[in-house]
Amino acid sequence: MVKEIERAGLPVVHMCTVVPISLTVGANRIVPTVAIPHPLGDPELPEAEEKVLRRALVEKALKALETPVDGQHVFEE
Amino acid sequence: MAEKKFRVVHYLNQFFAQIGGEEKANIPPESRAEVVGPGLGLKAALGQEAEIVGTVICGDSYFGENMEAASAEVLNLIKEFEPDLVIAGPAFNAGRYGAACGAVCAAVQRELNLPAVTAMYPENPGTDIYKKEVYILPTGGSAASMRKVLPKLAAFALKLARGEAIGDPAEEGYIARGIRKNIMTHKPGAERAMEMLLAKIKGQPFTTELPMPAFDRVAPNPPVKDMAQATIALVTSGGIVAKGNPDHIEASSASKFGKYSLAGLDNMTSETHETAHGGYDPTYANDDPDRVVPLDVMRDLEREGKIGKVFEYFYATVGNGTSVANAAKFGAEIAKELKEGGVTAVILTST
Repeated sequence: MVKEIERAGLPVVHMCTVVPISLTVGANRIVPTVAIPHPLGDPELPEAEEKVLRRALVEKALKALETPVDGQHVFEE
Repeated sequence: MAEKKFRVVHYLNQFFAQIGGEEKANIPPESRAEVVGPGLGLKAALGQEAEIVGTVICGDSYFGENMEAASAEVLNLIKEFEPDLVIAGPAFNAGRYGAACGAVCAAVQRELNLPAVTAMYPENPGTDIYKKEVYILPTGGSAASMRKVLPKLAAFALKLARGEAIGDPAEEGYIARGIRKNIMTHKPGAERAMEMLLAKIKGQPFTTELPMPAFDRVAPNPPVKDMAQATIALVTSGGIVAKGNPDHIEASSASKFGKYSLAGLDNMTSETHETAHGGYDPTYANDDPDRVVPLDVMRDLEREGKIGKVFEYFYATVGNGTSVANAAKFGAEIAKELKEGGVTAVILTST
């Protein structure tokens, strides 16, 4: 899916936990996430802190969309 | 013939080890000095020449979320059995399991210097990641092909254990690794090439000696210039759908995607949305679907003017066991609608 969206001309960031799978499906902008059943959250955290975590991840994804890349790039810290 | 039997360690996930489904996908590696689950069929197929001395089990999510650390832990457990050979899976079309089987085999070869083999569906992402370094036998998409694949897996494993030469992929039945080998033939290259060309002109079948790798990479698009004016769309393969799954998106091997309005919604709750995905423990996504599709945070960013706006629909399918052909089709159709809707860029989340 991510590759076809990119092919259509839309910049796309893939947020996922299993980065090797994202690399093999051909995503270019990749942001690693928390865990498979809750990529953008952590049920162990109190609700407010969980949202702070989610916001940080989404901001990282937006940053990735604003960053020029010339191939596959994993946006770590 | 009272020779020493080859010592085999078998790697399984929590499901095939009969520990549990997705609710147990987080279990750390454990080992048992016994034959477990599909190991029984494997044992029968291995016959007298080899013995399964132990089974190492790890939850698929545990492995997928920390592949390097999990590989090392699994390897330590495998080592304790002092095996001659490791067999992983078969993983069929289970993506995390396939990746784990590939990673375990690669680590066994690299770190323990032992032969290893696994089996999975050719579209399993584990195939693409590991086929270059690991022998992978092809299976069907589901465990229904277990009976067929176990004898092949056992026969191949025994060949490896005996140290026999492994021939080319077509004759040995493993997935091509893209390795070129020099071989002796009785015909010079020019003659072979002419025969192929003539066959091609006549429309007859022929087999190339040098298949070109199928690289399908799409170059990244230029970045978003002005985020404060951008329309950002949310797409997920994590199966978040409107409550009640009105489009009946399948829990696995999805044949369609859904499109859901975000108008008037400030976040996603257990009242409004749920997951249709059958490939992970749905508890956390059902409790708060924002954990998969971060609408709450996107609305905040929209209000603060950090992004122009959130596109008025989000799109979802279930990535679990979905064929590459279907996923590509969904992606293209979704992209077309997003472009027509004036979307600038996309956040795609996966579980």
